[in-house]
Amino acid sequence: MERHSFITISQSDPRPLYLQVVEQIQRRVAVGDLVPGAELPSIRELASSLQVSVITIKRAYLELEHNGIISTRHGKGSVIADSPGLQSSVQEREFRDHLEKAVQLGMLLGMSRAEIQKKIAEAYDHAQRGIK
Amino acid sequence: MTTLLEASTDAGLAARLQNITKSYAHFQLKKIHLELVKGSVMGLIGPNGAGKSTIMRILMGLVNPDSGTVSVLGTTISSSDAAAKQDIGYFSDDMRLYKPESVGWHMQFVRSLYPTWDDQYAADLLRRFGLIEHQAVKGLSHGQRVKAMLLLILARRPKLLILDEPTNGLDPVARHEVLGELMKVVEDENRTILYSSHNTQDVEQISDSITFIDRGHVISAGNRDEYLDRWKRIRLQVSDDWSVPNLDGLRLESSFRSLRVLSMNQFQDSTMERIQESGATIESIAPMTLEEIFVSTVMRGREEKSL
Repeated sequence: MERHSFITISQSDPRPLYLQVVEQIQRRVAVGDLVPGAELPSIRELASSLQVSVITIKRAYLELEHNGIISTRHGKGSVIADSPGLQSSVQEREFRDHLEKAVQLGMLLGMSRAEIQKKIAEAYDHAQRGIK
Repeated sequence: MTTLLEASTDAGLAARLQNITKSYAHFQLKKIHLELVKGSVMGLIGPNGAGKSTIMRILMGLVNPDSGTVSVLGTTISSSDAAAKQDIGYFSDDMRLYKPESVGWHMQFVRSLYPTWDDQYAADLLRRFGLIEHQAVKGLSHGQRVKAMLLLILARRPKLLILDEPTNGLDPVARHEVLGELMKVVEDENRTILYSSHNTQDVEQISDSITFIDRGHVISAGNRDEYLDRWKRIRLQVSDDWSVPNLDGLRLESSFRSLRVLSMNQFQDSTMERIQESGATIESIAPMTLEEIFVSTVMRGREEKSL
């Protein structure tokens, strides 16, 4: 059961299961644990070891493929895509995802574009003070 | 999303029910349609007495429908074809093992009937389920009995598993073991599982598609992720003169002073805009669990009928 323990999923996490899988594989790529060419378990293997539905893993792999993070060769399984600068582009994508979530929350709270921009600038200043 | 789980031809289906009806004195199954895609897991969810077990018995040829057609693994089952049943594994809590005999005796018995019996797999299951071969059935706990029955079915390696409440009454560890074995079965993309459960969390976890049944009707069917994506619970802050905007699938669940809680079964990006245009402030949008979705679907269905 520990075959693919680089992913853990949680039923109590409000995010859909497939997104948890996508984010964790992206994370492993971003930190360099999964390098270009690394083989991923087959869809049915991963579903079985995580005890989630096949469709969940299928959807996660499709999403990762769409994002250019993995490539799937028919009948040969999936590998981490062999594209230059993958690690930094995944890092950038992660950053963009977080930013989009924050902006959406701001919009939900009725903030204007200018207000959101101001908050981002404030957050930047705040973080910079923290680093120093 | 439908592309993830689609059988373009009958060859991609493990089973199909078309227009099935069956009447009993106090219960009717009405025009049941059901398509089970090969290599998938379908969860059948419904309240007690909804008709889940009857549907499964019809698929097994144990009950003959009044009308409609049943095909299982490419053959029409109404003839109670024994050959097709070789490839089907059926589990129900009504089934009894022979009390004075041991687990191992049952294994030998089933082995003698089914040429597809896999000794190595049976031995592995025995170990993984923590069962003792020479232990008599009368000494087994409920969980051990369920696992023993599943072992007898799984070790035959049937192409289609029809499991009526296989996790009912199991403790969390036994449930985990059973779900794990079911997922191992569909590592083989030619094998298919249909199972029913009260435990919507089990169904949510391992099903590719879900069929909701209430009072003899299929009230909703589709792939699991589609359900979870489409359904949202929305909390709003509103003024006194606010009314629910006219959006398909939007339903007021409860109100308290300025708070309104709605459920939405056709959520899309434009839903948020439309609600904001109505003058409401969105407090939160949260996913719903399959259990909440199921209850809401049943209640909506019953309301529509009583109108």
